[in-house]
Amino acid sequence: MTAQAKGWLATVAAFAVVWASFRYLSIDPGQLFNAESGRQLADYASRFFPPETSAAYLREIGRGAVETLAVSALGTLLAMAAGLALALPASGRFGAISRLAVRLVLNFLRSVPELVWGALMVLAAGLGPFAGTLALALHTSGVLGRLFAEALENAPPEPARALSAAGSPSGLAFLYGTFPVVMPQLIAYSLYRWEMNVRMATVLGFVGAGGLGQMLYYELSLLREPQACTVIIAMLALVILIDAASAWARRRL
Amino acid sequence: MAALVLWPLLVLAEFRPGVLLDPANLRVMRDFLGAFFPPALQPDFIALLARATVETLAIATAGTAIAMLIAMPLAFVVSDALSVSRIGPGPGRVAGGAVRAAARLMTAGLRSIPEVVWALLLVRAFGLGPAAGVLAIGVTYGGMLGKVYAEILESGDTRPARSLLEAGSGRLAAFSYGLLPGAAQELASYTIYRWECGVRAAVVMGLVGAGGLGQLLDQSIKMLNGGEVATTLAVFLLLVFIADALSAALRKLLA
Repeated sequence: MTAQAKGWLATVAAFAVVWASFRYLSIDPGQLFNAESGRQLADYASRFFPPETSAAYLREIGRGAVETLAVSALGTLLAMAAGLALALPASGRFGAISRLAVRLVLNFLRSVPELVWGALMVLAAGLGPFAGTLALALHTSGVLGRLFAEALENAPPEPARALSAAGSPSGLAFLYGTFPVVMPQLIAYSLYRWEMNVRMATVLGFVGAGGLGQMLYYELSLLREPQACTVIIAMLALVILIDAASAWARRRL
Repeated sequence: MAALVLWPLLVLAEFRPGVLLDPANLRVMRDFLGAFFPPALQPDFIALLARATVETLAIATAGTAIAMLIAMPLAFVVSDALSVSRIGPGPGRVAGGAVRAAARLMTAGLRSIPEVVWALLLVRAFGLGPAAGVLAIGVTYGGMLGKVYAEILESGDTRPARSLLEAGSGRLAAFSYGLLPGAAQELASYTIYRWECGVRAAVVMGLVGAGGLGQLLDQSIKMLNGGEVATTLAVFLLLVFIADALSAALRKLLA
């Protein structure tokens, strides 16, 4: 088959799959974008303006934003500790079997999205920011555990080997030979994850895990759109602020 | 110092590990986790699960298609590789710059709101169900694809398009004959990668009511039906794994 025929075949197949998808969902794309639904959307959107800006409400928003930040920071800190603890066996330090088993656990922790962990943790810890913290910590432990394990595996073995050869116990050899070498990398990974977790923490509240997300969910349920608009603006501002702060911190490090 | 920072964090996050050991919570959790085994395998639940799985795939596919429709004109406008005014001063320079800036702002605006937030908002506008999920993916990924498409068009060899523009051909002709042949494969490859992300996003959006596996999972969790949650989670992990593999295979086929 010529390259051109292959290209046409792929295009036709893609169109067929997209058409089948719309059919399966019984969504008529034409209906989605016609004037009627456009007016409906515009009508709905107009209810969000102007955003609510009373001082009392802004104070509440501030509280929500700080709660979101606390959830993300604490979740990341817990994940750093758990990630490091899991990275030790995952980097093959305690044998091949424990390496495989722990990698399986890390994969599982990482594959379940934060929001699904959130919905589950709300059952375990009740509504509120603590559930969000646990959800972030679980997912991020999986991510950081894997990254930390790779950093440990790629670390130069010579310093630790020299310490062991000189007779220091393996724990101390790790602490003084390996850890200082990988530490900057671990911190860089954690900072990067924290930045992502701030984003995640703002939406975790949708399943009842506290912070700005929970506020947005309530306001939308109570049909208080101007308040919801303020929450969305606060979410965006928070993410932009953290991005800028972390870019600044990265340049310093 | 560390304690000084940590303490307010713990208070703000309502960090009370004790609640995990609270007898009432513990009982709920034990019953719930206990019900994970055996996973639910009743024929009617499996049928429901299969329908939700196909629905999730359809949401990701339809959403990505809409995202492409949004992204292509945006990228066409934003991309510097097709800028006539870069060739030299001309009459349309200011207007062109303004349109380009507006389109760039639009791509940034669309992708700065996470897809779950879009989904939550659209569920209120369109009601529970897959339509909100499709549009949420379409809008967010439209912004992302628009930005990346424009970057791909700029990162390739832009000289053919440039010579066409300089020879007086229109932007559309310069795009189709000068840029697209060189960039088509990379554009398609990135779109497939986004579809893979869309599958994951479709599941997560279901938790706020946008249809598919996520909505099923949400219902099972709320009804504390551990067996159903276990099966749904397993299917979800399998689906993500298959979507990863499929996307990797398709992209390899393209390369």
